[in-house]
Amino acid sequence: MSAGSLSSNPAVTSAGSVAAPPETLRVRVNGKEVVVPRTMPDWQGRPAPTTMLQACEIAGVTVPHYCYHPKLPVAGNCRMCLVEYGTPALGPDRQPILNPDGTPRIVRSPRPAIACATPVSPGMEIYTDTPGVRAMRAGVLEFLLINHPLDCPICDQAGECKLQEYALDYGESRSRFVEAKVHKPKAVLLGPRIVFDAERCILCTRCIRFTRDIVGDDALGILNRGSYNTIATAPGRAFDNNYTLNTVDICPVGALTSRDFRFQMRVWFLKETKSICPSCGTGCNILIGSRQGRIYRYTPRPNDAVNSHWMCDYGRLNYKWIHRPDRLQKVLIQGQPSTWERAMLEMVQRLRQATPGTVAIVASARLSNEELWLLARLKQHFRALSDAVPREGEGDHLLLHPDRNPNSQGARLTGICYTEMGSVLPRILDQVQKGTVRTLLVFGEDMTRHGFEPDLLQKLDTLIVSDVLPNATTALAHYLLPGSAPAEKSGSFTNVQGRVQRFHAAIAPPGDARPEWEMLAELVEKVTGQRLPSHLPGLFDAMAAAVPAYRGLTWAGLGDLGVSVPV
Amino acid sequence: MPAEYRLILKHASEPGYTPDLACYLRHGGYETLRKGLTLAPKTLPDGRVLSAQEQIREEVLRSGLRGRGGAGFSCGMKWNFVDRKSGKPVYLICNADESEPGTFKDRQIIYRDPHQLLEGMILACFANDVHLAFIYIRGEFVEGARILERALEEARAHGFLGRNILGTGYDLEIYVHRGAGAYICGEETGLIESLEGKRPYPRIKPPYFPAVLGLYMCPTIVNNVETLCNIKHIVAMGGAEFARIGTPNNTGTRLVSLSGHVRRPGCYEIETGKVTLGELIFDPAFGGGLREGRQLQAIIPGGVSAKVFRAGERVTLRRRGLDGKETVEERDVLDLPYDFDTLIAAGSMSGSGAIIVVDDSVSMVEVLANISAFFAHESCGQCTPCREGSLWMAKILQRLAAGQGRRRDADDLLHIADNIPGGRTICAFGDACSWPVQSTVQKFKEQFVARGAEAEARRAAQRAASAASAAASTPGRAPVEATAQPPPVAIPSGS
Repeated sequence: MSAGSLSSNPAVTSAGSVAAPPETLRVRVNGKEVVVPRTMPDWQGRPAPTTMLQACEIAGVTVPHYCYHPKLPVAGNCRMCLVEYGTPALGPDRQPILNPDGTPRIVRSPRPAIACATPVSPGMEIYTDTPGVRAMRAGVLEFLLINHPLDCPICDQAGECKLQEYALDYGESRSRFVEAKVHKPKAVLLGPRIVFDAERCILCTRCIRFTRDIVGDDALGILNRGSYNTIATAPGRAFDNNYTLNTVDICPVGALTSRDFRFQMRVWFLKETKSICPSCGTGCNILIGSRQGRIYRYTPRPNDAVNSHWMCDYGRLNYKWIHRPDRLQKVLIQGQPSTWERAMLEMVQRLRQATPGTVAIVASARLSNEELWLLARLKQHFRALSDAVPREGEGDHLLLHPDRNPNSQGARLTGICYTEMGSVLPRILDQVQKGTVRTLLVFGEDMTRHGFEPDLLQKLDTLIVSDVLPNATTALAHYLLPGSAPAEKSGSFTNVQGRVQRFHAAIAPPGDARPEWEMLAELVEKVTGQRLPSHLPGLFDAMAAAVPAYRGLTWAGLGDLGVSVPV
Repeated sequence: MPAEYRLILKHASEPGYTPDLACYLRHGGYETLRKGLTLAPKTLPDGRVLSAQEQIREEVLRSGLRGRGGAGFSCGMKWNFVDRKSGKPVYLICNADESEPGTFKDRQIIYRDPHQLLEGMILACFANDVHLAFIYIRGEFVEGARILERALEEARAHGFLGRNILGTGYDLEIYVHRGAGAYICGEETGLIESLEGKRPYPRIKPPYFPAVLGLYMCPTIVNNVETLCNIKHIVAMGGAEFARIGTPNNTGTRLVSLSGHVRRPGCYEIETGKVTLGELIFDPAFGGGLREGRQLQAIIPGGVSAKVFRAGERVTLRRRGLDGKETVEERDVLDLPYDFDTLIAAGSMSGSGAIIVVDDSVSMVEVLANISAFFAHESCGQCTPCREGSLWMAKILQRLAAGQGRRRDADDLLHIADNIPGGRTICAFGDACSWPVQSTVQKFKEQFVARGAEAEARRAAQRAASAASAAASTPGRAPVEATAQPPPVAIPSGS
């Protein structure tokens, strides 16, 4: 993960001609002139004097670093980003002294500066590629490696390790260090989810700053002095908040590892799929790391509009159910194994015979926008009652939202439920009890947990159920349709703030299971006779055209970071 | 004849002089404070009116007083940098964390004449509108802290401290804060962190210059004990008069801590620049020369972080005079006047005023191993080059001193030491731990190479012997290893 999204200000000019506007200034990076804003967002997003590192970023020059992180306060301790620089010489009149050719005379600073913390000034020249700078980087890298265990073959970070990357650029193939290395604690359980190897640690303090300044839990600190420095928790205290695993992501080396992920898979084998965390209404952007149909980890994907660079431990670890052995994998008709063709044929027949007012739909707000919209089409067709089921939990101050449905807003905007989710459920129950509703479609919820007794469900003419895991309702289904986890399908969610965000299939669903949008598109087409696109982007665009809240959106236009709609 | 010039230690070494207030008052104590606090506003020829505070600051600037902690930065300039428009309180901290090895000057003041420090400090606080100040004293000065506490109590009881000092309406409180035993707490931003109750990691500059973002992110002045004592004398005699002591740009006196292989080690006060290094070491008024039969080998002129001089070294002084002309002059190291500028021009520094004399009875390898062990122990470990480099150098030197060295160790040490200083680290500790290595290895390289060569030769001989005995005990097997060894290296005789 390299430094933030600064791409909005690339103002690279040719050799200086017009004066820079007052809110900007001109600097040169390795001879190339760039115009940079005087201030740029600091780690909290507040304007702060633009730093050398940000200016280099704008110039397209990468400055290597370990301790700097765009979303953490600057520490300046790794010294990897040291650069050389010069400033225009000023005469006694405070005016720049010019060279014979009219260019300002530059005085090179005798001392280097850390690019992460040093503000730029007008006319400054930054040099990142001189022999001196390369020697400093090589020096820092050598220092970092002398006491490092060099255990890449058994280190989980291998493949995404900044020490490895910079060693390739600035390292030596042989070490001249012949002394005994400093030995420090290994495999320390800092908390229930974090394992710490102090020997690999380069003491960049990213983890300390993250938990202190982002989470507000001052749980980590440093013991001892000098080369013996060791990260630790306070005696008797565990590093245990809902965000601890982010320290594994931001640890530039293999010092902090996830107890869940360590030793499970080499990272270079992982396929990374852009997705959305489905564990609450925040909709943190994530990457799903998978290999050969198996998910190994979720990691946060930076999105300043939603989750910055972080995600919570609860959401991150909430993926194991996807590989549960009791996943629904077979299409069942009256409990007997069948095929999609057969089930589709029979369901279409039954639904065509259903009269308006006798059908009700319960759709989970864990379904995608497209799936909810398809169910809303059926609702319209049958003038059916419909609702979703609220799912509440405890929220926290950072990312975890009390609404544990990932797509409550989608259910509202597509018309599946009212603002107060679940308010129609009693009416559906009542009409089932009265026998008015004879056909019930249940997508992703267990109705027996919401007042629909098994006896009652058995009295229905038709009970169509789709889910991913078995429950009391799936056991009673006339037609049981095995569905997909969000990681197994593509689609979009609308988060609690109204951000419409895409997710993509990382792995295939097990057995005969299919993405719900696929079966629903087929069902809706056959029941209503309306033609529908057979691929997801087309389906999204059709939905956007039909649903007022989504008007103007396109699948392609959502991009990787999503688009906000008013809610 | 060079002689001591006692300004700060004037009374301290008099027989019968005690650190209590009564004794201090008998010697004219706190008269200067009264004078400073009651200075009448002065109207300048251009019509500007200078308040008492501004007058004191002017006098300090005029005096040319330079910080006595080690860096030798102009005290008046430091005060001028203070952000007085921030609306935040200004704090003053007395840096009494005297811990540069070889330095024992501030403790003379603290233990023997604490009220002189308080008087200077109160004046400095008054001049900078400070109402809350701290004395950060090194943890090892247990008795010193008690003495200061007692002195503060006495000063408070007599109206020199607290509310409405001497009836002038000026309020000031001073607290003593004891360190917990870390050299890095003497670095001003590390000190501030420590005072805030945190790990004393020095702060990055920019943006955390103490004059703007210091203690609790407020403008803060950090001055050394000796510096603050000088404030009292500047107010008493006036800046111009003070500037007549010493030499231009090196004004006032300096407390010199003379230690090592001299007959009369001790703390001497001299006029800055009026006494040479040679006089300090050999003159009967100061060090009194070396012990019988010993030869001078090296001089560490300003605490162990200063670059070492080799006896007999010819030093080229390149100096730019006040008229802007550059002069080049060659001198023997013993003929260098002891002041700030000369020693910097000579490639070292007067630092904290600690002169450590090394005679020929010790090996410079062991001297440096000792120094490096200190720095490896005291590195705070915040930034990479110093954290890893200081221990690496110490380990190499320890190995070399223990007879396990190699000839290449000298060059490795120089290369490692080159990767630490000069702005590569957050604070000056990086310079402090690498300068002695750079200078000692460079100037005494033959000793380092010889140590390594000796050890290499011994190991080669051992290998040859063990290979020969192995060959003798297993007949029929060619003594491959023994013949593969290079011939023993001639051992250069160590000094």
